[in-house]
Amino acid sequence: MTTYANRAPQDTRGTWVTYLGLSLVLLFSAFPVYWMFVISTSTDEAVAASPPALIPGAQFLINAQEVFTLNEVYFAASLINSVLVSGVITAATLFFCSLAGFAFAKLRFKGRNALMVVVILTLTVPNQLGIVALYIVMGKLGWNGTLLAVIAPGLVSAFGVFYMRQFISHAVPDELVESARIDGALTLRVYWNIVLPAIRPALAVLGLLTFVMAWNDFQWPLIQLNGTDFPTSMVALSDLASGNYVIYRRVLAGAFMATVPLIVLLLIGGRQIVRGIMEGAVKS
Amino acid sequence: MSLTELRPASHRQVPPPGPGKTKHWLYRFDTKTIPYVFISPFFILFAIFGIFPLIFNGVVALRNWRLDDPTLTGWAGFANFERLLTDEDFWNALGNTFGIFILSSVPQLLAALIIANLLNRRLRGTTFWRIGILLPYLTPVVASTLVFAIFFARDNGLANWFLSLVGFGQETPLDWRAQKWSAWIAIATMVNWKWIGYNALLYLSAMQSIPKDVYEAAAVDGAGPWRQLWQITVPMIQPVVVFTVILSTIGGLQLFNEPMMFDENPQSASGGSDGQFQTIAQLIYKVGWKDLDLGYAASMSWALFLIILVVAGINFALTRRIGGGR
Repeated sequence: MTTYANRAPQDTRGTWVTYLGLSLVLLFSAFPVYWMFVISTSTDEAVAASPPALIPGAQFLINAQEVFTLNEVYFAASLINSVLVSGVITAATLFFCSLAGFAFAKLRFKGRNALMVVVILTLTVPNQLGIVALYIVMGKLGWNGTLLAVIAPGLVSAFGVFYMRQFISHAVPDELVESARIDGALTLRVYWNIVLPAIRPALAVLGLLTFVMAWNDFQWPLIQLNGTDFPTSMVALSDLASGNYVIYRRVLAGAFMATVPLIVLLLIGGRQIVRGIMEGAVKS
Repeated sequence: MSLTELRPASHRQVPPPGPGKTKHWLYRFDTKTIPYVFISPFFILFAIFGIFPLIFNGVVALRNWRLDDPTLTGWAGFANFERLLTDEDFWNALGNTFGIFILSSVPQLLAALIIANLLNRRLRGTTFWRIGILLPYLTPVVASTLVFAIFFARDNGLANWFLSLVGFGQETPLDWRAQKWSAWIAIATMVNWKWIGYNALLYLSAMQSIPKDVYEAAAVDGAGPWRQLWQITVPMIQPVVVFTVILSTIGGLQLFNEPMMFDENPQSASGGSDGQFQTIAQLIYKVGWKDLDLGYAASMSWALFLIILVVAGINFALTRRIGGGR
């Protein structure tokens, strides 16, 4: 028997088998994205070859230009819309959830614990099942077919409140809040000057996860914006891939361009995203 | 995630600042009302766009509600639900949803366990590996499914090329979309691809909080790494396993993006030429916004809600039992 056994796995050095396994996993994870890039740079002939091309071609700009100039796909507008929708949703989620999380963690008010239980219960509700009624609600508000209808349901998240509350109760010492209030600072000032600076790491994590989720959302934006001339990039992609005559290199150039912003986020904030998930982030 | 901290440290009574009526009023407002002001945006928005639609959905399900005929109103009673029972499309979609769900959730969670176990070692480049396996989680499903659609294409698809290497389908290439089983496998592959890394990180996080002496104590019977994983690690992280099973049940039974985009004509929401891979979420979309029958779509949402509750309950009980039920 080897010496594995008396050590905890996390104290065991990885062997070549470990690295081989992880390399295969990484290959499996990265290949579809890489291949997306390859096809988006290729000619029709290279895509149709058997086996198909696995090395990038040279015509990404041509393919991209075709995507941008296609009628009735509105790809450029869709990228702007996606930035707008995801940006507003992220900013609002960070603001509203940190505000509520602060109240739940540090302020005293009647019914606080009961209301927090309500927040936790709503974590488990699959909102997607209410879409039919949500559509009718948006109709009554006159928002159907607008960006507002796409943005409004994403402005807050129960997970965000929960996450912020957990973080603030650790990261902000009670004494700090109290001494500020003894000095006469209003609660809003405490939030702004003491809480917000202390929770920057949590804001980064929640912000990244929220942005990714909003960017990738498809079903609800499709219901709202399909057929309009201001879709989100996911809706525009589904348009690009529809129709009688689908050109792969063009479709995948669009797909790649709609993925690049998230790859950039992963390169910049990968560490934070990993931490957020490992701290128990759930799909909200 | 523990709920043990619902009660933050108690505050010392803060003395009211200075005299003066305005100041006193402001102080009272700041301590009594402001907390509610801070939490109200969440509760108001969530009530309007989260909870109310879910409840109102039940009302819509009991009514006639067609987008193409606003004059057709009134209570339908349980007509929508009765129609559901004999609707072949619904049962077909239910079968597809479950087929894809099983093909995706089981391999997904098993692979995630094994990968988490690989990551749970002293490694060079820890962060690099962790970030790497998260790439699928970040990639938009709409975009990645388009790649997989080409991978699983009948003509010149990579999947068929691999099959031909081992001697399958050289005469007639496999049309992955044409049969249920092959379409389910293709879609399940996409789901697995997206969620394995994410679940692996959840497991890894739980594995790292297992006290080391648990392993030292168990070393007596000389368990190798493989037995160590199944006999010590997995039972110890059982709560997280239950959690991921519930998450993938809720997510898997609402599968929408992959079957939508795998279709040759995504906008049709038909899930293949003959509904081979149409899921319930897709059928809800089709009934509601292609056939314009919102009442019927709402009743399907309710049926799906109940199904998710039941299946999540069963899976909860199963995983607790398999994991040694503590």
